[in-house]
Amino acid sequence: MNLDPLAIVMGCSALGAGLAVLSGLGAGVGMGIASGKAAEAIGRQPEARGPVMTAMFMGLAMAETTALYGLLIAFLLLFANPFTGKMIELISK
Amino acid sequence: MEHAFNKYHFSIPIFGQEIWVTDTLISFWIIAGVLIAVSLAVRLALPRFKAKPRGVQNVIETAVEMMGGMTEGSLPDKSGLDGWFFGVIAVLLLCNVSGMFGLRPPTADLSFTAAFAVTSFFLIHFMGITRAKRHYFKEYVTPNVVFLPIHLISEIAVPLSLSFRLFGNILGGFIIIELIYSMVPGFMRALTPVPFHFYFDMFASALQAYIFCILSMTFIKNKSVVEH
Repeated sequence: MNLDPLAIVMGCSALGAGLAVLSGLGAGVGMGIASGKAAEAIGRQPEARGPVMTAMFMGLAMAETTALYGLLIAFLLLFANPFTGKMIELISK
Repeated sequence: MEHAFNKYHFSIPIFGQEIWVTDTLISFWIIAGVLIAVSLAVRLALPRFKAKPRGVQNVIETAVEMMGGMTEGSLPDKSGLDGWFFGVIAVLLLCNVSGMFGLRPPTADLSFTAAFAVTSFFLIHFMGITRAKRHYFKEYVTPNVVFLPIHLISEIAVPLSLSFRLFGNILGGFIIIELIYSMVPGFMRALTPVPFHFYFDMFASALQAYIFCILSMTFIKNKSVVEH
């Protein structure tokens, strides 16, 4: 069996992209908890709706950032893969 | 997958440097033109505004009032930055929503968001130095000098997270919408992407513009207000 090394690199990059977006798991749980707690707070104290919403959006943005780092790594691997170029360079040598 | 890339059209030589004109730049020129035209029109119409607003005047007054309500509690007193953040949110909002009009959102380009994040970074530290004075420098060595590198890293992380958050959100939404367009067959192309456009180009975009401004203002307030 003769495996093309470039194919292995590209396949592993695709797998890596899939693994990278798994960072959304933790962010999703965190955002759910934050929204739930904010809803609780508003339910207990409806007049504090404005400040609670602002704090919630800030927390959501923070939690979302961690997911976005994974997403950016996935984009990098899919659209601007640094490994395939190097591999082609190695093969052509 | 070619839609993920910023298409390069032609280059303009300026001072021996080549400025590459990309999709981002062209759509930003259009957006900037629209913003300048609207602001000039409003400025020219300003003397004719009446005490009892009607029509367009209502819209403008609502926008200004909303922005005032947003900056009021979030910025330190008498910072003079309300106008700046009005501008930032207007540009970011229009840029993020421009995907609706078939343009490539300029915010799907890291250099664009990085420019805004770096401006916010300088504003944060300028306000910190001028407002909190020596408390600003004391913050870096609390509780001990040993923590100085950690404080410095967390300061560098602020513009990074600000720019990557906006960039990642908008680029992600843009790529997903382009994928949907290339996936669905021709006759369904008129209706299928509508909910996705609504979510990614309207809701998430507006939210990201809002979050960028709110976070910048909160950081500015954190740095410039001294707690006793």
